[in-house]
Amino acid sequence: MLDLAKYSSIGAALKDAVERFADEVCLIEADREREKERLTYSEFNAHALPLARAMQDAGFAPGDRASIIMTNQSKWLLSAFAIFYSGGVLVPLDYKLTPVEQWQLLQHSGAKILVTEYPIWRQLSAAPGRATAHNIQTVLLSEAPPDIDLEGAYRWEEFCVNAAPAFVPRERNDVASIVYSSGTGGRPKGCMMTHENYLEQCVALTSLYPFWPGVRYLSILPTNHAIDFMVGFFGPFTCGACVVHLRTLRPEFVREAFVRYKITYVSLVPLVLKNLQKGLQARFAELPPGKQKVFDFLVDVNKAFTRSRPRLWLSRRLLKQVHAAFGGELQAIIVGGAFTEPQTLQFFYDLGIPVANGYGLTEAGTAITVNDLKPFRADTVGKPLPGMQVKIVDPGADGVGEVCVRSKTIMSGYLNEPELTAETIVDGWLRTGDLGKFDAQGHLHLSGRKKNMIVTEEGKNIYPEDIEAAFESLPVKEFCVFAANYIWPKRSMVGEQLIIVIHLERDQSVTDQLKQEIIQRNNRLLNYKRIHGLVLHDQDFPRTASLKIKRNELAERLSKLDRDRVILPL
Amino acid sequence: MPTLEQTTQEVLNLATTHFRLAPGTLAPEDDFFKKLGIDSLQTLELLSRIENHFNIELPDYEVQGVSDFKTLAERIQSRL
Repeated sequence: MLDLAKYSSIGAALKDAVERFADEVCLIEADREREKERLTYSEFNAHALPLARAMQDAGFAPGDRASIIMTNQSKWLLSAFAIFYSGGVLVPLDYKLTPVEQWQLLQHSGAKILVTEYPIWRQLSAAPGRATAHNIQTVLLSEAPPDIDLEGAYRWEEFCVNAAPAFVPRERNDVASIVYSSGTGGRPKGCMMTHENYLEQCVALTSLYPFWPGVRYLSILPTNHAIDFMVGFFGPFTCGACVVHLRTLRPEFVREAFVRYKITYVSLVPLVLKNLQKGLQARFAELPPGKQKVFDFLVDVNKAFTRSRPRLWLSRRLLKQVHAAFGGELQAIIVGGAFTEPQTLQFFYDLGIPVANGYGLTEAGTAITVNDLKPFRADTVGKPLPGMQVKIVDPGADGVGEVCVRSKTIMSGYLNEPELTAETIVDGWLRTGDLGKFDAQGHLHLSGRKKNMIVTEEGKNIYPEDIEAAFESLPVKEFCVFAANYIWPKRSMVGEQLIIVIHLERDQSVTDQLKQEIIQRNNRLLNYKRIHGLVLHDQDFPRTASLKIKRNELAERLSKLDRDRVILPL
Repeated sequence: MPTLEQTTQEVLNLATTHFRLAPGTLAPEDDFFKKLGIDSLQTLELLSRIENHFNIELPDYEVQGVSDFKTLAERIQSRL
């Protein structure tokens, strides 16, 4: 692995990595059963430099921003390399957002270049919002059909100049990327991550879960996500490892890829991990009774021998068929993005497949704590990573308080939001808004949220403020959406729900018509954004001088009511 | 080759069967994420079923961002 302490930027580290590991394979791209591309580090460099030069010739200057909206593929990483090489700031956006949301964030980010895929562009160019994002000067499109008018956009494959680009060094404290943690409805939260944030996080993570030449990481989580960016790009590249991209995420092809490419690591969100668990449990249940007994016995033996630490060589022998289905070389599954239930973690560990469970948020540079497997603990989110100072602020009698973090991996702030930044980072400590406590072994236990938000099993952060647009002009006096656990704190990281609080007009009552309207509007939302209940409030909402609802005050008022009685299910 | 209307109807029938809905529940303009309340994994399962039925390959990136049956049918039609 490169000694990252010696580097001041992502670009400088990647530039050295492609030279040092020149002959190692860094990227494999497969589409179903067909392998489409396989690049060594030197080939990767040869592909990326002409792109960097073309960007520079198009006026992309140091400190300029460039956005990538792509599914996981080699061009994502090649484009990011070219951006960092040129001293640019990367704005990775979620390809699963709606085109309207993407335009909003593109405009907010101030990106000059947009790199995207033609099918995504087709949706983007048809959506309102294009006219407002004047900042986008150059659009690069991959996978565009041959005979089509791109209306001023460039084909990614042809956007190259065969001359050496200038390498632009950056300082550790310069912004490397702007990552949107969430908040596309009202207030986009663009986390400004510095080069130092990434360099330090990479050192900390690879000390627990190392990469080396020969390691194959299966990249499934979207690369714009902080986890995949780190363990599916920067981490493996600085260690000479290989990233495997699949152009389809159909379960049958993902299963095949584990075996074909002998995958070492993969990252998943809890929802996918849980689905994997269900699938395996269904297959185990189909075993004939005799085989089932033998299997259960082998699992028990594995459990007994891996109590203190994983013993992969033993687990792979005892439960050969299970491990063979994962390719036989899987070191660990990395799970992140949301809270994972302990029983799911335990299920995999009992099969001899360690799950690197942890806790983190984009603002903290991905991970804050990670399970170090010494021994495996399914009931906690692990210990702080090296270099992380974690403290519990204002603990109650039970030791539970707000988790606060200080480290070199904390973002420099939210883009264009100095007030929000000042509320979030106080005296160098990031206030996570999550509640937890440490146990005697130094493991962190999370037990709920202090902030008004929920996180779904797919790892999506939902801010109630963003949901309110769906209920705009609802025929009531006023309304407000909350996370129920924010009003009535519940010591749980699962089963989070949104509710709508409604103040009716004088003499108005909840008619079937009103209820139907709420239900109809709710149904227009994606299922994970839907509200679950309704609370009626008979007083004016407290408001600021500029007439914004004082959510904290309203929540405090509501907290005095009995949760189970006041929430009317929809 | 079937018309776009026929393809759309076939897609609606497949989704109706796959998710065990009453006939006529789904319409071409329906957003399948919202109407069916399905997540991305369940959508992939439906796509596999559609591919098998039409005997085509529908790349994930080709249907990225598509959320209504009519547009999905158009993407299928272009590959028939």
